[in-house]
Amino acid sequence: MERRIDRPRWLTVAVPLASLVAALVTGAVVLAAAGKDPFATYDRILQRGFLADGALSATLVAASPLLFTGLAAAVAFRMGIFNIGGEGQLVVGAIGATWAGLTVGDGPVGVTIVAMLVAGGLAGAAWAGIAAALRAWLRTNEIITTLMLNYVALNLATYLIFGSRSPWRKLDGSGLMFPQGKPLPDRAEWPSFTVGDVVLPLGFVVGAVVAVGLFVLLRSTRFGFEVRVIGDEPRAARHAGMRTRRVTFVLLALSGAVAGLGGASDVGDTRQVLDPKALGQAGYGYAGIVVAALARLNPLAVVVVAIVMGGLANAGRALQGPDFPAGLVGTLQGLLLVCTLAGELFSRYRIRRTPGLQLSDDPPAPADDGAPAGATA
Amino acid sequence: MNAAALGLVDLLATTDAPVGVTELASGRGVNDNIFVVIAVSAVFYGTPLLLAALGEMLTERSGVLNLGVEGMMLMGAAACAWTSLNAGGPGWLALVLALLAAMAAGGVAALVHAVLVLTFKVEQIVSGLAITILAGAAGLSSFLANTWDLGRGPVRHRLDLIEVAGLGDLPVVGPILFRQNALTYASWLLVVGLWWYLFRSRPGLHLRAVGESPATADAMGIGVVRSRYLHTVAGGCLAGLGGSFYPLAIIPLWSDGLTGGRGWIALALVIFGFWRPELILVGAYLFGAFVSLSFTLQARDVEVSTQLLDSLPYLMTIVVLVVVSAGWARRRLGAPAALGQPYEREAR
Repeated sequence: MERRIDRPRWLTVAVPLASLVAALVTGAVVLAAAGKDPFATYDRILQRGFLADGALSATLVAASPLLFTGLAAAVAFRMGIFNIGGEGQLVVGAIGATWAGLTVGDGPVGVTIVAMLVAGGLAGAAWAGIAAALRAWLRTNEIITTLMLNYVALNLATYLIFGSRSPWRKLDGSGLMFPQGKPLPDRAEWPSFTVGDVVLPLGFVVGAVVAVGLFVLLRSTRFGFEVRVIGDEPRAARHAGMRTRRVTFVLLALSGAVAGLGGASDVGDTRQVLDPKALGQAGYGYAGIVVAALARLNPLAVVVVAIVMGGLANAGRALQGPDFPAGLVGTLQGLLLVCTLAGELFSRYRIRRTPGLQLSDDPPAPADDGAPAGATA
Repeated sequence: MNAAALGLVDLLATTDAPVGVTELASGRGVNDNIFVVIAVSAVFYGTPLLLAALGEMLTERSGVLNLGVEGMMLMGAAACAWTSLNAGGPGWLALVLALLAAMAAGGVAALVHAVLVLTFKVEQIVSGLAITILAGAAGLSSFLANTWDLGRGPVRHRLDLIEVAGLGDLPVVGPILFRQNALTYASWLLVVGLWWYLFRSRPGLHLRAVGESPATADAMGIGVVRSRYLHTVAGGCLAGLGGSFYPLAIIPLWSDGLTGGRGWIALALVIFGFWRPELILVGAYLFGAFVSLSFTLQARDVEVSTQLLDSLPYLMTIVVLVVVSAGWARRRLGAPAALGQPYEREAR
């Protein structure tokens, strides 16, 4: 086995395709082992996720938050910052956006939407900013801090609705019986656009615009260049005089802002209310990591992958029952991720038989592994 | 997506006090003192953290970082609950089988990680995340639990508190040291055993060599990849065993993601404990205390926000990490030098 110098073009298509097939086959084995019919299950996912009447519109609604959390993860991972706090940043973004919607909900529609987006983005950025500052200046492991803040964010949202008499909580009518969020005024409901048979929610449009923006930011700006250099070669970046800490902070806060926008879109497009239980169960943040990894951290590819994953999530929600137990969608996502990661090997290495050379347990492979510099002593 | 990924649902589902706590929270005389009660339940709630963190320490000592702890714990919990609900025969046998099943499930999940990072050369952080997403609260553990209908009733076996030689009523130390369940006692043996293994035995020396300088270890004739496989799987078994503590002692009725992110706290504990078993024990009980504080204070009608108390373990994890990483650990004190780095012979 040796490292490939160049990557033949056909591999960039063949490897992901083979990974997809491998994931589907493994998934089929799991389904069959659990006593379910794999083909029928896949067929139903395809129907409810994409093909049936109105399925694509529902899929786009489900895809919007995944688009944002996928972008949030992709941007941060690109620099080797593992923001797995998309979940919490999205929840805090939803808190911020709901507050804005309740406060200026009676104003002109455009103003309300902008206010909700700004509040959601700022809230997400502030939440990620905690982990970002700790990472940039105190070198605290961001994986664990961002993850811990997910739980705190959800507790915060739960407190606002169940544990206090906050402005987010409905305090009259049915709200007196069951703790629940105060619904936004009708005017704060986000519009959607109809293209042919498909209804395009505003959140998805905003997400696509953000994706293009991030793509340009990473590819063609000085900031994007610094992010790439720091990600690939941190020592070189320091020697070149890049302000590593500041870029780290800004990038992680930006990532949080994008996830926060996802919270705003979720509130504006569908829920119209702060609903901690639903947000906790949706698991958008973690699915976003899958989206980012499958899209190979490319913001434009995130849009496509988010639609696919949105279809899966939408089908999962619509079909849930004895034949389609909870956890199936997550299992399929996880298998897809694992198979894709494993498939990477084949685009990075090629297998070559060398006559006369004894192959040992750990096959010799020249050159380093794309790991950080100085990986092997 | 139906249930929360990685255990967020648990926050909302299990805010009521778990079963184990009532026995723990009532003592007699001086043992009813709130500090004693908190210490007792700190050990109780710290046990799964300790087991999982010890496993992760073993894995990381070989140079492999496994962020899949939460997923492995949940797989262990699911396998354990299934076994308890389905196993016949005498109670002790079913209990042993349930513990073995939990270890096997955690080990298999860890094996997937080992194959990914050691054979397929996937980046360790990404692979570990993938394990937690695949196996976690919204993934395979939830799928299996729903397929097996684990929520149909509480598990049929429990880890009962065992009183050692009638010492359980000694003031203060009695309930803390002599009235715990079998897994807690086992975890103490494990701390001693792992300490001895790491610092006093030849295989332990080899393990540390593999984690510190794989090239040197390789030159010494130690199979680096084999050692990493072995210790990654062993770490997964311990994480699975930690997971089994939830159905068997804390929350008998299955709910998706019942470990509630404790796997991540275990990861932080390894850093906090400088990769040493005895310090990880201290850390685990510190966090056990934060976890128990919520239940203990509620049981005594102290008026503090539930959500704030529930957030405490997570917030304290951050605080502790900040302190540790700002201080001595800046020099990576205790961290295996090759942690997280792939080893390839002839890659210089």
